[in-house]
Parts: sequence; structure tokens; C-alpha cells
Amino acid sequence: MKTERSSDAPSPASRAAMDASADWPTRWRRPPLITDRWLRWLLILAALSYGLVAAASIDVNWARAADGWERGLRFIGGFASPDFSSRWRDISTGLVESLTMTFTATVAGILLSVPIGIGAARNLAPLPIYLGCRAIIAISRSLQEIIVAILFVAMVGFGPLAGFLTLAFATIGFLAKLLGEDIEAIDKAQADAVRATGASWWQVLDYGVKPQVMPRLIGLSLYRLDINFRESSVIGIVGAGGIGATLNTALDRYEYDSAAAILLLIILIVLATEYSSSWIRRRLQ
Amino acid sequence: MNRDEPRAAPRQAVSPAQQPANQPANQPANQQPQARARWRRHTPRRELIGWLAWLLLVLLFVVCWELMTRDQIWAFVWDAPRQAGDLFSRMVPPRWSYLDQLWRPLWDTLNIATLGTLTALVIALPVAFLAARNTTPSVAFLRPLALVVIVASRSVNALIWALLLVTILGPGLLAGVIAIALRSIGFIGKLLYEAIEEIDPQQVEAVRATGAGPVQVLDYAIMPQVLPAFAGIAVFRWDINIREATVLGLVGAGGIGLQLKASVDTLAWPQVTLIFIVILATVLVSEWISAEARKRLI
Repeated sequence: MKTERSSDAPSPASRAAMDASADWPTRWRRPPLITDRWLRWLLILAALSYGLVAAASIDVNWARAADGWERGLRFIGGFASPDFSSRWRDISTGLVESLTMTFTATVAGILLSVPIGIGAARNLAPLPIYLGCRAIIAISRSLQEIIVAILFVAMVGFGPLAGFLTLAFATIGFLAKLLGEDIEAIDKAQADAVRATGASWWQVLDYGVKPQVMPRLIGLSLYRLDINFRESSVIGIVGAGGIGATLNTALDRYEYDSAAAILLLIILIVLATEYSSSWIRRRLQ
Repeated sequence: MNRDEPRAAPRQAVSPAQQPANQPANQPANQQPQARARWRRHTPRRELIGWLAWLLLVLLFVVCWELMTRDQIWAFVWDAPRQAGDLFSRMVPPRWSYLDQLWRPLWDTLNIATLGTLTALVIALPVAFLAARNTTPSVAFLRPLALVVIVASRSVNALIWALLLVTILGPGLLAGVIAIALRSIGFIGKLLYEAIEEIDPQQVEAVRATGAGPVQVLDYAIMPQVLPAFAGIAVFRWDINIREATVLGLVGAGGIGLQLKASVDTLAWPQVTLIFIVILATVLVSEWISAEARKRLI
């Protein structure tokens, strides 16, 4: 890295460019990133004009924004005096829904992604199964949680069950992909050694593969638990239960002090899960 | 490099275990006076703890499941396969003619993501320099402050930021741009300050030895080292932001999500299918662009 950069600075190209100018500059100047001057100006011009066009397309309703200014101040004031008590019943229901939804969905997601992840490892699964599992992963990864939530709400109705299904589905794409890649990267010698003792496919999996991927699988599962809680606070907006629904209601009623309380709780829980999961992961590895 | 470490440990743990497995079952009895006839992976105590942990996990799952489905109306769930079939039959021929009305929202979505990312870059750069241990002017006061900014921004999803901003600023693109920017500051700031902390101090010392002032050190010694990482992070976040900008309209913050919400609310499922296809295509294209750009940059 270092050598590359130091050889980069007085490159022959830039020296040639300096020689070309008639009045021999006495001061060193940094060589430009793009050596071709026309290309450089063209790119700058293109970026500037895109910025102008994009900024012009925003079209702000300043009168509305000025109205909102007072509300914004009230909201910031809400953070100074968050109101946990007057809507506590709604808030606690939302939190319990979010937390239970997160946990059950993560467990169900792990249970589903382990077989799919094994199927998505080319060194363990035959080609048709491999392709099938990879297809499931690709679908799950490319659909966003909130879009999946809309579909599940349409199927099973409003409530945390739709959220559970959404998060479990999203977990598959994440965990199965990483698990599959991890299994493909194992030390082959160990699996071969176990196989050489006459072990069956299941025994190879249990004694040759599992010990190698287990620490990482646990780490990834905890990480996913973390992500699922974050997502569970969002999918309530489309009716899939959880604290997001409570927050949406509070904002619709312009109850900024309750909304601030909910936001603070979300931030606190996210921080707590993030730190505890990273602590456990560090201890495991 | 980091991924190899956990793998090295089990390698040693497994290989001695395999030897007894290969040998006749009574062989290890010579080494341990009270050994069982059969080899086991764990001691009985560890096995017991393992089973207890699994039991606890299952119990917790059952309790959570019961709490979660307290108010569930199961008739809806048993009905779900029929509903799914029904939904599918309504969604299936996408209404292609609706595509004409989607170009403008798609352009808005692109602008929300791009302008939001640019705004976030401008704010995240100084925040990252304040948060990095080796460049912050004061470890006691400014660094914790910058870290709080990063954490608060990171733990709130862009949709929630948008929800707030729409009630404050009114619906529109501006709320979307600011929501994307607020969420991205934490992400870019965190990755960037980690990159800054990993720079080579020798280059900084070399530039300082020439008599450079603090700003010149920043400009000539630190920036060139973090610039590739900075560009990579920016493109990566831009790709994520395109994804998020497609759904911001659900709460009224502009972009193609507005059309999605309108179509879902009026149960116009053939339009919903088309919007899903457009979103999917956009996400795939942006992912490809960002992957290509990062491959060139790094």
C-alpha cells in the first residue's frame, strides 16, 4: 500500500505534463486524479449539472416547511422530556410484540437456514439441490423486509404473525448465504479424514463440518438477532405489528413526547443488543 | 485473515478425537482408569449443560410464541393459503402500461438516494475525523460527542427518520433526502473513522517533519490514505440507499414508494407487481454498479 502510493506521487506522467507547460513551474503540485484534462472537466461539468437538475427536482413547499418548524422544535423538546407514562400500555404491548417477534423469527429463521445453507454449499450438495437453495437465497435477499411484510400482511392479516413470517424469511437469505459460503471454505482435510473412517454423509456433516462452522454460525445468528430487532421496529409501519406500529400511531396523533420516548427505547434496546451480541461473539471466537 | 483463526482451533480439537474413534473401542481404557467403552465428544457435565441450554432456548421460544400470538385470530391464518392463491391470481399479469407513470418516481428515487448520500458524506467526513482516536482534537469531549452522533444515527432506520421528517416538513422529496442522509451519517462515519484509525502513522510523521501545519498534515498525509476507503464506503452506501429510497414513499417521503402505497391502498395488485419488478431491477442494477465501482477503487 505504502510503496505503491509513494511511487505514485511524482509519477512520470505528471512530470511529463509539467515539462509540457512552457514556464517550468518551480512549485510542486499534486498530480490530478484523472490525467486527461478534457475528461476531468467533462466529468466535473457532468457532476455539477446532475447536482443542479437533481436539486431542482426536489421542489420544496417552503410554507409547509415553515409550519413544520414549530412542530420540529416541539419534537426536539419531546426528547428533553420524553413521556413514557401516558401511553405506557401501548408502548409496552409494542415492545413485547417486537421482542417476541424478533426472537421467534430468528430461531425459526436459523432452523430453516441451516438445511438451506448446507444445500447451498457446492461441496456437500448435488447440483440440482444447490441451484434450488441458491434460488431461495437470491429471492429472499433481493426482496426488502418491508415489501415482504406488505405481502404477508395481505395473506395472514395485521399483527405480529405477519412480522414473524417476514423476519424469518429475511433471515434465510442472510444466514443461509453466509453459512453456505462458510461451509464451502472449510478445511477439506478434516472432512476427508472423517470420511476415510467410513463415516456416512450425516456423520461427515456432524464430525467433519459442524465443528468448523459452528462458532461462526453462532456469531452470525446473534448478529442477525440484532438486525431483526432493528427491522421489527420498522415493519409495523405497514401493519406487521411491533413497536413501529406504536410509533406510527404516536406520530399520527402528533404526540411528540410519546414518540420521543419510543425512539429513545428503540435506540437503547438496539445498543444493548448490539453490545451484548458483539460481547458474546468476541468470547466465542 | 480473521476468518482463519476460529478454524485453526477446532482443527486441533478434532484430530486427537479422531484417533480413538478409529481404534477398537476398548483401546482408550488404558489411558483412563474409569473410561467408558464408547468415545464421547464431551464430558457428561458439558453434555448436561448443553442439554439444559437447549431446554432453556426451547422454553423461551414457547413463551415468546405464546406472548406473540395472544391476540392472533387463527381463522385468518388457516385461510392464508387460499388468500395467497387469490392474491397471486390478482397480481399475475403485471399492468405493463402503468410503466409510463413510473419513470418520474424512479428518477425521484435515484435523486433521493444520490443527494442523501452526498449530504451524508459532507457531514460524516468531519464527524469521522472527530471520532477517530488519532485525529480527534479532544479525546475527552469531542470524541464521545461524535460517537454519540454516529450511534444515534445508526440505530434508527431510514424509514423511521422519514416518518418523523414527514410530520415535520410535510410529504415530499426533501424529507426523503434528509432521512437518507441522517441514516447514512452513522454508517459512513463509523466505517470511515475505523479506516482513519488504521492509517500508517509514518507518513503522517514524515509530512509533519517537513514543517507542515495540522491542516496540511490532514491534506497531504491522512486524506490520501483514507480516500480509497472513503470512495468505496460512499459507493457501498449509495447502493444501500437506493434500496431504502424505493420504500421511503410508503410513509410519504417521495419516490416510487408513493406509487406503491397508492397501489396497495387501492388494491391495484397488477400495478403492485409491476412496481415490485421495477424496484427489483433498480436494486439489481445499482448493486452491479456499486460492485463494479468498488472493484476498480480498491
